[in-house]
Amino acid sequence: MRVGLEWLHEYCAPALSAFQLADRLAMTGTEVERVETHGVSALEHFVVGKVLDAHRHPDADRLNVCLVDTGDGDPSQIVCGAPNVAAGQTVAVATPGAVMPDGTKLKVAKLRGQPSHGMILAEDEVAIGTDHDGIMVLPDDLTPGTPLADVLPIATDVLVLEITPNRPDCLGVYGIAREVHAATGAPLQPPPWREDSGTPGELAAATVTVEDPDLCPRFIARAFENVTIGESPRWLKARLMAAGQRPISNVVDVTNYVMLLTAQPMHAFDLDAVAGAQLTVRRARDGETLETLDGQTRTLDTEMVLIADADGPTSIAGVMGGARSEVSGTTTRVLMEAANWNGANIHRTSLKLGLRSEASGRFEKQLQPEQAMDAEVLATRLMIDVCGATPVPGTIDVGGWAASIPPPASIRLRDARVSGLLGIEVPRERSREILEALDFATADAPDGLDVTVPSFRRNDVTREADLIEEVARLGALETLPATLPPRRNASGRLTERQRLRRQTADALTAQGLHEIVGWSFEGPELTERLRIADRPAVRLTNPMSAEQSRLRITLLGSLLDVAQRNRARGAAGLRLFESGAVYLPDPADSDSAPAEPRHVAALLCGPVRPPTWRDGSPPPADVFAAKGVLADLLDTVRAPWSVEAAPDGEPFLHPGRSARILLDGTSAGWLGEVHPSIAARWGLTDPVAAFELDLDAVAALSATTQYRDLTSFPEVREDLAVIVADSVTAAQVIAVARRAGGSLLATTEVFDVYRDDERIGAGDVSLALRLHFRAPDRTLTDEEVAARRTKIAAALAEQLQGRVRDS
Amino acid sequence: MASEATSTERIAEIERQATEAIAGAGTSQRLEDVRIEYLGRKAELPNLLRGVAQLPPQERAATGQAANRARQNLERALERKAGELAATELDARLAQDRVDITLPGDPLPAIGRLHLMTRTQREIEDVFIGLGFNVAEGPEVETVYYNFDALNHAVTHPARLETDTFYVEPRGDIFDPATRLLRVHTSPTQIHAMESQPPPIYIIVPGRVYRPDSDATHTPQFHQIEGLAVDEDVTLADLKGTLLTFARAIFGAEREVRLRPHFFPFTEPSVEVDVSCFHCTQGITADGRRCPLCKGTAWIEILGSGMVDPNVFAHVADYGYDPEKVQGFAFGLGIERIAMLKHGVPDLRLFYDNDIRFLEQF
Repeated sequence: MRVGLEWLHEYCAPALSAFQLADRLAMTGTEVERVETHGVSALEHFVVGKVLDAHRHPDADRLNVCLVDTGDGDPSQIVCGAPNVAAGQTVAVATPGAVMPDGTKLKVAKLRGQPSHGMILAEDEVAIGTDHDGIMVLPDDLTPGTPLADVLPIATDVLVLEITPNRPDCLGVYGIAREVHAATGAPLQPPPWREDSGTPGELAAATVTVEDPDLCPRFIARAFENVTIGESPRWLKARLMAAGQRPISNVVDVTNYVMLLTAQPMHAFDLDAVAGAQLTVRRARDGETLETLDGQTRTLDTEMVLIADADGPTSIAGVMGGARSEVSGTTTRVLMEAANWNGANIHRTSLKLGLRSEASGRFEKQLQPEQAMDAEVLATRLMIDVCGATPVPGTIDVGGWAASIPPPASIRLRDARVSGLLGIEVPRERSREILEALDFATADAPDGLDVTVPSFRRNDVTREADLIEEVARLGALETLPATLPPRRNASGRLTERQRLRRQTADALTAQGLHEIVGWSFEGPELTERLRIADRPAVRLTNPMSAEQSRLRITLLGSLLDVAQRNRARGAAGLRLFESGAVYLPDPADSDSAPAEPRHVAALLCGPVRPPTWRDGSPPPADVFAAKGVLADLLDTVRAPWSVEAAPDGEPFLHPGRSARILLDGTSAGWLGEVHPSIAARWGLTDPVAAFELDLDAVAALSATTQYRDLTSFPEVREDLAVIVADSVTAAQVIAVARRAGGSLLATTEVFDVYRDDERIGAGDVSLALRLHFRAPDRTLTDEEVAARRTKIAAALAEQLQGRVRDS
Repeated sequence: MASEATSTERIAEIERQATEAIAGAGTSQRLEDVRIEYLGRKAELPNLLRGVAQLPPQERAATGQAANRARQNLERALERKAGELAATELDARLAQDRVDITLPGDPLPAIGRLHLMTRTQREIEDVFIGLGFNVAEGPEVETVYYNFDALNHAVTHPARLETDTFYVEPRGDIFDPATRLLRVHTSPTQIHAMESQPPPIYIIVPGRVYRPDSDATHTPQFHQIEGLAVDEDVTLADLKGTLLTFARAIFGAEREVRLRPHFFPFTEPSVEVDVSCFHCTQGITADGRRCPLCKGTAWIEILGSGMVDPNVFAHVADYGYDPEKVQGFAFGLGIERIAMLKHGVPDLRLFYDNDIRFLEQF
């Protein structure tokens, strides 16, 4: 909403600069996007001039060389291209130094050899109209040298406002003036619709029928005769221009001017083009079509309201008029409509048709029926003054709105509630002053004020809290103290699950991984690349692009995308992780909400650490690097975990390097190297090791760690090398050793793997185990340990055909 | 007597010579030679000691004692000297063991970084945890009811349009309360939280939110933190104090906040909160220019907030939130926006590009 101060000041003129006013409005609830200057600047260079002489330019047929008295002694020579310039005219002149609306500065120029000391102005050159066919000819009684700004609205500051949706009353200049009055205390002039030049009673010239009063609570129309279509006066055009509205013709300009001043859109029909001189407001029939003013044919449905005459539809109600009964250059009789529509219905129609207009944008915020009459009254005045029209006696006013709107209720504003909600005392008299400035009526009540809401705030202010907001924004915010809430029973802390997430992220950064934040979105192309396109995913109905048309079902996609981008930018060693949700629809019930488990996933690719001068080529990360990271992570959070080979597990993994992560025996994720041909599709040619883990599953296991005595008695370490067939896994060997070792075998791990066809045998592998023996209550004797070791060796031989190598 | 005197004199003589030799030994090797010469198997003093038994009884004690004492003295002297020589020799050796200290260091594996978004989220969470707020969470795939209706959004509110909200298959009527969508703010969790806990309630809600928009300051996904405090007597002044505490914790102890009236469907009164600019004084930078951060206004908008609208409480009145009995404030802030302001990040899209050079900076 653009509000020119020149216009605003007619109703309320505080002694503030445009910027001061903007600041005051911003601090009282009207958001100011920016302050603009409309028109020209360097005003001292714009004056009234008198053309003393005008003759054809010796070297240019279309130019005139004029001698112009600008009131400062010697007349100036000005070259002018307008066909209508003539000696004796009083004109508008810009002298060298003037700054034009586009910011250019006028200089002395030579046109075809003739010096020109300025410019005789056309309307469009000072942005107060669109006419460029000729210069402006001013009244003869003006004295040369008079500042032009005293005569024409050639410059105004414009506040560009953002009106919040709850304040449709501020979509008009007068509504803003009321806000300015309340915010600054500057007096407010009475509204320009106080005196009606029209008459009530029956209007014989036309009939209007409203079939759906719930969608059209009020329809007002007046008829005008002897209309002369022409240009609007300059003051009116200038105001429209400053408001960003193009002048069209006087009648159309009047409808726009009234809308910009009152917020109520209007429509002017050429009454002679209204078939049967009758209008019907009704729901459209399904599939009914109509050509709107923009030349498009629109197809309507039964929820949309249209205005029809005897020949059929002429307008889409509240949205756009039709071409058939449009005002034209030959119009002499006008039917001026001011109607009130159901905002939600207009909103829907505008959405459905993809058609927004100044009118629909206002109507959809629900204007009030009273505003329609205000607008009609103002339009009547302007039709007489600006278009020379004669009002036809009578007024059509139908729709039965008055019955549907309850009389204004009074709302009690309790003093205690004001201070109780705001946390600051506001004197009752101050509340009263604020509310009355905003046109609310107040009456004393024992504990506060009884407040009556003006019609134009009917939808916005319905409760005590709404009144408190008015008091707060104008009378309390600036002095509001800063206190802390009571916080009874409040005890701030993270949940176990939230702490676990922090712990896992910290464990991963401690290992040198960088956290990324990926998109929750993914596209079908990505899941296809990962060979998981067959899995169900949440789909968006209105995605921004195909790549972002679904919600992710794995964190691997974003990790690979980020790895690819960073690799392309020269990063060699990639150590990344993400902690976030995946979105898993219930395949059995597509109507239910998807599950949103929190996962953590990591990706390693390239050297495990940066090369240095001592170690120029660190080894590349592989599945064991990823497993090491995973192990540290799960050990940090004390989760009982293991992995098992899963050659037929995730389809995007290298089948020989693919594992399931088991938490307490239950699958909770995957670990492996990404299938080389899949990694290659992300441009990654070295091994890509990764894992993804369901953090919620980890959280479900969390238990408090209990103390074990690991320090009072020493542990005894023994090494044992066993040769087994290649098909026997390390996990199997460890499991057998564990069982045979019994409670005295605290832990055991593989510390060497050795293959040698000659010494070990083809198809066999030697695994070296380190056995840690410990008892909680004594130092173990050599005999005890030796017995256990023998038992383990025997079990390995018996159960896995293992051969213990002599140590 | 004579032989006794002779042998003790001899012992004294040996000790004197040996002590001199020890003092004169310049290297550990030389010192070892001295030890062998005076205390070795074939040396005189040990032989004297071994021969004590052959001495006449009256000489045995005196000679034995003297020889023993001499040997102990020498052993101590040798030990002391060996220590001295070892230290000197080590110093000499270390002096030779030089490296080019100007070569790059060889660090242990460097630790990684939390994403700036996470860092900022934790920083903010910790401020509010300290103030007594719990951290609540809610689903990102929401319904029209929780995202709009229960938050008092008029059916005509433009945020409901498909241009402003992502909807989810199966396609439903965007005005049907059960239609699913991606939440456009963390506010729906206000409703879930109040449905699950009676007042008083003090929570913040961090999380991902979605809006179809993409430019330097908008991405289709971003992160918010919602705040909600409801009790019998939580006031707008309490909101100001809470956010002042937050602003000072995040942006510095000298910060001030101001409340500017605004409109949000789910709060009444509604305010936008500005923090005093931390990059300039009254809109002018140290080098005298108009501050680029606050655009010369001295204030920076950081979040939207207000007192919970009674209509919102009406939706959870059955859970103990009678609009006549409880009141409170709510606020919502963008985590990335806070991080961008604090760290001078010019483009929101950097957060989702995840360039390692960006990640490593923080």
